[in-house]
Amino acid sequence: MAQPMIDVRNVAKQFGANVVLKQISLQLPAGRVMGLIGPSGAGKTTLVKAILGMEKVDSGTTTVLGTEMPNRQIMQKIGYMAQSDALYETLTARENLRFFGELMGVTGTALTSSITHVAQVVNLTAELNRRVSAYSGGMKRRLSLAIALIADPDLLILDEPTVGIDPELRQQIWAELRQLKQHGKAILVTTHVMDEAERCDELMLIREGIALAQGTPDDLKQEYAVDTIEQVFLKAGRLQDENHSDR
Amino acid sequence: MRTIAIVKRVLREMLRDKRTLALMFIAPLFILSLMYFLFQNNSTSVAKIGVSNVNTSLVKALKNKHTDLAAYGDHANAKTTIRQHNLAAFIHEQDGKLTVTYSNSQPSDTALVKQALQGGVTKLKVQALVAATKTQKQVLQQQAKVLKTVMAQQQKLQAAQGTTRGQTATTGTTTKPKTVPNYTVTSHYLYGNSDSTFFDTFLPVLLGFFVFFFVFLISGISLLNERTTGTLTRLLATPVRRGEIITGYLIGYGLFAVIQTIITVTFALTVFNVHMLGSVWLILLINFLLAMVALSMGIFISTFANSEFQMVQFIPLLIVPQVFFSGIITISTMPDWLQWLAHIFPLYYGGDALMNVATRGFSLSAVSGDLWILLFFAVAFTTLNVIGLKRYRRV
Repeated sequence: MAQPMIDVRNVAKQFGANVVLKQISLQLPAGRVMGLIGPSGAGKTTLVKAILGMEKVDSGTTTVLGTEMPNRQIMQKIGYMAQSDALYETLTARENLRFFGELMGVTGTALTSSITHVAQVVNLTAELNRRVSAYSGGMKRRLSLAIALIADPDLLILDEPTVGIDPELRQQIWAELRQLKQHGKAILVTTHVMDEAERCDELMLIREGIALAQGTPDDLKQEYAVDTIEQVFLKAGRLQDENHSDR
Repeated sequence: MRTIAIVKRVLREMLRDKRTLALMFIAPLFILSLMYFLFQNNSTSVAKIGVSNVNTSLVKALKNKHTDLAAYGDHANAKTTIRQHNLAAFIHEQDGKLTVTYSNSQPSDTALVKQALQGGVTKLKVQALVAATKTQKQVLQQQAKVLKTVMAQQQKLQAAQGTTRGQTATTGTTTKPKTVPNYTVTSHYLYGNSDSTFFDTFLPVLLGFFVFFFVFLISGISLLNERTTGTLTRLLATPVRRGEIITGYLIGYGLFAVIQTIITVTFALTVFNVHMLGSVWLILLINFLLAMVALSMGIFISTFANSEFQMVQFIPLLIVPQVFFSGIITISTMPDWLQWLAHIFPLYYGGDALMNVATRGFSLSAVSGDLWILLFFAVAFTTLNVIGLKRYRRV
């Protein structure tokens, strides 16, 4: 595909005097998984919200599926999973899925079969009729992911999708993400977990609002002459601090 | 379509939350009943009156279920007797003149004594009149008898002589009846009846207030919850329109407001037998509009609160003043600046319309001015809400 799913160009954003994003650019083509890694407060979530068109940026443009954001219609093609579980606790999982599905424009039998499918993916089929208030943290996370998948979107934006999910289920979820990728979907994931970063096709390191490094995991490891992504991360951070003190 | 999804969700969430449901539907009934009994008991208070040297017939006349009379000596001091025996008033009679001393520590007791006194004096006058008419009636009857015997005698005499015409003529002039009309007072009440209390008069306003208060609180807090739990942000990450979210809320909570109004109005009409001069449908319409204003206002105000606690802090600031200007206190006698201030509160218009319909039987066209203003409030706040959601998503 010639046109990237996400095309972010020179985006900058500051809250008051606090600069959150500095001239960030990012391209994500279809069929790729990109990982945004960086410490808390690095600006990952702000970048994600800027891509969704929910956060106003000070300069630069974000384009999704060839349309400049914010655009309401494009939202229909984006499956979004927020960092905090935004679920209706008094409703059952099925009711949550149905509600968000209807908002995404999925209706009737398509919605019913979609609910069955996504519940299988996140392994919640047996739990569908329980109220969310009775769910554990990990189950809520899985339900949030299921909601992101409900409309079978072309682009998935997942903010910390695997926090609180046990290793076995994490494997299953990544297997599902790989499958989606093979079906030509683009996936943008923010994460803290380094072994997840290794699974991405491409990585972007963000620290203090700056894109420190970008490339495939192997490229990055070579560039920094280290063995793991974790070490890349630490080394890049150190270098940034040194540059900072030089100035 | 998306609006319907939001309506369905709001309804489902409300139905799951049994306590909030109870608050909305049962709490108004509880408060109404409480107020009903509080204001009813008003009529059973009794004022203690001390009398000294008062004509026994007047003392008799003063007696009613609201007075308790006790006689004291001819030279009892009014002030000390009132203090010693905790009297509401002390009445002393001298040379046909009454001197009344009121304790006046309880204005309602003073009013009772004044009423009893006035009533008693009138009663005496009426009794005197009745007595006078009675004696006249007796005189009349006696004369009628006399007349009869005279007539009989006359007939006899006529047969014999036929010359006693002059005698009957004099009897005729004295028997001319001099009746004093015996007034009976019949009272008519435009609204309610002689048993009407504060409660009956202000019930329509109370209904409006309950609807306003509960809908404001519940809609405000539920939207606040959406903000704090992040579901609002999540909602706006779907292609839903901002207007669809607000409309969904208005319809969902609006339905509950309608049910609440129907329950409270039915309760008031059947259990308390409250009179409604105007159309019940019009009362429902006004309450529905009030609910819409409360809904949009609650949602709007929740923007300025970061927690439920902060939301509750708006009650003394925004809800309590509305009670003062809802018509429970007469607005036309307020200072000009307060009358002017009253006009900024939605409940002022709602209360005005409800009172006019319930107690004066106004029609839809007669209260349409108030209704348009309420509608304006609702539309204005709704528009502000739709714009306010731009904070979360720019389109």
